[in-house]
Amino acid sequence: MTDNVDRSKRRLLLAATTAAGGVAAAGVATPFVLSFMPSERAKAAGAPVEVDISAIAPGTMKVVEWQGKPVWVVRRTPEMLDLLTKHDGELTDPTSSVPQQPDYCNNVNRSIKPEVFVAIGICTHLGCSPSYRPEAAPADLGPNWGGGWFCPCHGSRFDIAARVYKGSPAPTNLIIPPHQYLSETTLLIGDDKKKGAA
Amino acid sequence: MKLLKNFLEWIDYRFPATETWKLHLSEYYAPKNFNFWYFFGGLAMLVLGIQIVSGIFLTMSYKPDALFAFASVEFIMRDVQWGWLLRYIHSTGASMFFLVVYLHMFRGMMYGSYRKPRELLWIIGVVIYLALMAEAFMGYLLPWGQMSFWGAQVIVNLFSSVPFVGNDLSILIRGDYVISDATLNRFFALHVAAIPLVLVGIVFVHLVALHAVGSNNPDGIEIKKNKDANGIPLDGIPFFPYMVVKDVVASVAFLIVFCAIVFFAPDMGGYFLEANNFIPANPMQTPAHIAPVWYFTPYYAILRAVPPMFGSQFPGVIAMGVGAVAVVFLPWLDRGAVKSIRYRGPIFKFFLAAFVVSFLGLGYLGMMPVTPTYTLISQVLSVVYFAFFILMPWYSKIDKCKPEPDRVTFK
Repeated sequence: MTDNVDRSKRRLLLAATTAAGGVAAAGVATPFVLSFMPSERAKAAGAPVEVDISAIAPGTMKVVEWQGKPVWVVRRTPEMLDLLTKHDGELTDPTSSVPQQPDYCNNVNRSIKPEVFVAIGICTHLGCSPSYRPEAAPADLGPNWGGGWFCPCHGSRFDIAARVYKGSPAPTNLIIPPHQYLSETTLLIGDDKKKGAA
Repeated sequence: MKLLKNFLEWIDYRFPATETWKLHLSEYYAPKNFNFWYFFGGLAMLVLGIQIVSGIFLTMSYKPDALFAFASVEFIMRDVQWGWLLRYIHSTGASMFFLVVYLHMFRGMMYGSYRKPRELLWIIGVVIYLALMAEAFMGYLLPWGQMSFWGAQVIVNLFSSVPFVGNDLSILIRGDYVISDATLNRFFALHVAAIPLVLVGIVFVHLVALHAVGSNNPDGIEIKKNKDANGIPLDGIPFFPYMVVKDVVASVAFLIVFCAIVFFAPDMGGYFLEANNFIPANPMQTPAHIAPVWYFTPYYAILRAVPPMFGSQFPGVIAMGVGAVAVVFLPWLDRGAVKSIRYRGPIFKFFLAAFVVSFLGLGYLGMMPVTPTYTLISQVLSVVYFAFFILMPWYSKIDKCKPEPDRVTFK
């Protein structure tokens, strides 16, 4: 048999079949990949939570769960607040220039009310939850420690406004979640749209 | 007897049974000068078998649900008949798998088993190692203890440090915004079905590649260069029965050690099973001291040794990842005139020793809490670790090698 094959037609058909097959494969793969994304139920689980802060004594912390993450609520003492302006040189981002907080918390205290501090207790390094270390100058954290958080996983240090100290593996300050006061003693975490705000 | 012969002929006409037996066992010739270091490939296969069997039986009593997972593991430990044994076999098997694989890989580095013509064999081996790491990591989440949860939290967050797509990537892996039931359920599926299938498949490919090029040996010379009139290597002996018998002896010795651990020290003082993992997962509180299981700690120490750069921890993650896969480049980094450490000069031996010290040192530091001194030592050892690879094209070339023998040394 002589060569009466139309080779260019064959190439065209081969290319067309490959392209069509590729598109079909991508189409079939899509639902499989999308099934890996958060389910509708997981997406719906981010409802705001109310916190009664009346029982938090000065210097102590309460941990509440929001979106499956720990959220810290601390009532800071005046001594703690005094320290906030005194160690800017040791911090990576003392002025909170990286937007890790809502605009209404972009102040020296990183909070709405100076004494009540709210932050997501997840280290910006690799997601551990740092330990609350309010005591001044403990043996393991050195004489300059004025209270804050220490991450047990990789040694990141944060001051009492959750700003990261220089030399820590964490690149940024901790995240402040959107929140608002529903009354003098009730916080709503996860929603800051003013409605019943005090 | 005649019946059996006829039956075999009936089979061979339809399936290459005798042919395969000869090709891979009775007429596969392995170098006769194998030593201690050549036990670990076979032992790795043995442990793979142990893990598959014990894993299948554990699956029958385990529940991949964040509410029930921890309790179902305790159920296996207390109520399932002999369940404690199945679980301790599986948890000990995980650590022993890495032990024999690390020794198997070190054997290759000592005797130049990654050199031509075994580059592809080596690469396939590195892929097995990576699959094994994924398998171990996902399996570790299943007991749903504190270390399971926070270990997974840290490792998945490594992916979120990837520029631009990191956050979406970590959500895709978790199936949620935090480590949750969705994560546990998919890790279970990957741990018991997807990755074991891949592992078994690439182990098969690893063996096919090995039998195509033939085994290296402690002298690092090719036995195929010296063949007799029938084309059989003069320094080779049939894998069956000789090497099989050798591997049976090794397996018995290995199983004595294995059983001693299973029965007398299943948690190995907190190194095989960590104390914090006997506490149920609590997303609100990280344990005071977390560290991965021992077989991941060298890379974990590298991760911690790299400070954040440009406001991102991604450089540390890159260093960790490159550290884990660096061995894959060995075939092209090594410019030595000989393969085996027996005929290498002092420079290569020094660098290989420094590599071992750095790997073990990083492994130790990865288990320790963070202190400035430890961080500094980790940084020094990380530099040594990478120097072994980066400087290899230079030092392997200038090293003064001894002449290789023509035939393998065998007493």
